[in-house]
Amino acid sequence: MTFIYRALKYGFVSVWSMFVIAPFLWALSTSFKDFNSVTGSATYIPWVDFEPSLEGWKVLVRSPAQGGVNIVEPYFNSIFVTCSASLISIILGTLAAYALSRFTFKAGFIKNNDITFFFISQRIMPPVVLSIPFFIMLGFLGLLDSLFGLILVYIVLLMPIAVWIMVDFFNKVPREIDETALIDGCNPYQAFYKVVLPNSIPGLIVAGLFCMIFGWTDFFFAFILTFTEVQLLPVAIVALNSSITPWWSLSASALVSVAPLIVVAFLVERYLSKGNLSGALK
Amino acid sequence: MNFKHKHIFLLPGLLTLLGILIFPIIFTVRLSLSSWDSFYPGLDFIGLENYVRLFTDDLRFWESFARLSFLSVTTVFLQYVIGFSLALMVWEDIKFQRFFRVLFLIPMMSTPVIMTVIWRTVFHESLGPVNDFFSLFDMAPPWLSNEYLSLVTVITVEVWQWTPFMFLLMLAGLLSLPKEPFLAASIDGAGPIRKFVYVTFPLMAPISIGAIIIRLIEASKIMDTVYVLTSGGPGTSTETSSYYIFIKGLREFQMGYSAALSFTYLIIMIISLTVIANVLVKIFIKKA
Repeated sequence: MTFIYRALKYGFVSVWSMFVIAPFLWALSTSFKDFNSVTGSATYIPWVDFEPSLEGWKVLVRSPAQGGVNIVEPYFNSIFVTCSASLISIILGTLAAYALSRFTFKAGFIKNNDITFFFISQRIMPPVVLSIPFFIMLGFLGLLDSLFGLILVYIVLLMPIAVWIMVDFFNKVPREIDETALIDGCNPYQAFYKVVLPNSIPGLIVAGLFCMIFGWTDFFFAFILTFTEVQLLPVAIVALNSSITPWWSLSASALVSVAPLIVVAFLVERYLSKGNLSGALK
Repeated sequence: MNFKHKHIFLLPGLLTLLGILIFPIIFTVRLSLSSWDSFYPGLDFIGLENYVRLFTDDLRFWESFARLSFLSVTTVFLQYVIGFSLALMVWEDIKFQRFFRVLFLIPMMSTPVIMTVIWRTVFHESLGPVNDFFSLFDMAPPWLSNEYLSLVTVITVEVWQWTPFMFLLMLAGLLSLPKEPFLAASIDGAGPIRKFVYVTFPLMAPISIGAIIIRLIEASKIMDTVYVLTSGGPGTSTETSSYYIFIKGLREFQMGYSAALSFTYLIIMIISLTVIANVLVKIFIKKA
């Protein structure tokens, strides 16, 4: 009985692992191919199935004038937009979450829970619903095709996540901590800044990681709201997906785009094992 | 606890969000009452004409909505079953525990739209590895150009991409469970299956409900995958609501009509998610 269960378990985990890795391995192999190895039939192992070429990777560092694909600038744009929007969302979201967790608000029939729901409900809206009015609004403000406009839009995308995670987290931080600080003569700002915040670093990190993931992986808004001046990484890579697709540079750039977030996966796992995520994720 | 300057904490975030969103929301409602299109861009007033057209003369929207419901329920169900199983397996003792945990998270970290481009090459009908495998049996299934198979392809990619999210929520939930009920069950001599049915599953019920709702919300926005993988095709066989609204609004520039679609879609989503949440609470808590 136990033996069968163990066999099934390891079987299932291995099969799923293969499924998870497969597209990455395929991309890795494809990134070393050239035109001849891609057309014809599917090939897998370098030197055995095809003669490897570095063309796909070289294209990434060459300038567009020499026939390269410019992903360096989109890369930095993506990092800049993701980090700025995450930072702003975390700061504003944490303050709001603290208020929602500690103080009581009442305006007519609107109470704390309704305000929290308002924040979180922004995630229900499909990007496409917002994209048209955003397009017109940013056009009106002269912010279309600019990094600042994108950051503004991403704040709407990311702040709900920050509020969602931080409200739950603050609810788990004992209120006695704040109260002791207040009795010791701190004013509420100092109590928040000097006592509560240092105790909330795990929650802040989790919220930050989630904001980064969802900011980094967004495609639609970047696709609709930028054209030529500013390009984000996903848009630049998908632009390669034309009728005559250069599979090799496509694969290479896809791998490059995944790389930074692998680090995030390790961080998430670390906080998960320490039990810090459990409170933050309910 | 109360404090008279409490608004200083709440308002910056709330006002920023409201400030950015107030225009889009009001504008969408107003736009939905106009006939703005590429020939006559402008906010004229045509009353509820767009809504009448939507409810009486637009089968394609309702079809896309039915398809979206099918796709999101199927993918979220698969993600829940697989994600929960995986979480259980790496929650228990297993060799290379941390390695598997990190590995299972990775698809979620990769940009869906970029990975879909890779998946497109994987499912390529003559040059991809999937059909290279099937050619061993002299078959070449048209993964992207058959109306049913392309749905299977979309589901496969969605499950690959988002099972990690479910896995993460479920594993975090499992790790936060108290130890005592499990000890008690062991002392009573419960086997692994009974332990799951009578202890783990009931304890996980609230987390399951939360996770399923969150995933349903996110899954209902399926769009990137469809856009890259099949562009809604062949025909309209993989077209989801978001994608249909996108075509009407930003491809055919029927702005007024697409705003009406958006608004109707939002209302339906909010109502159906509320209903689903209540149904889930009944199913899970009753069994527990």
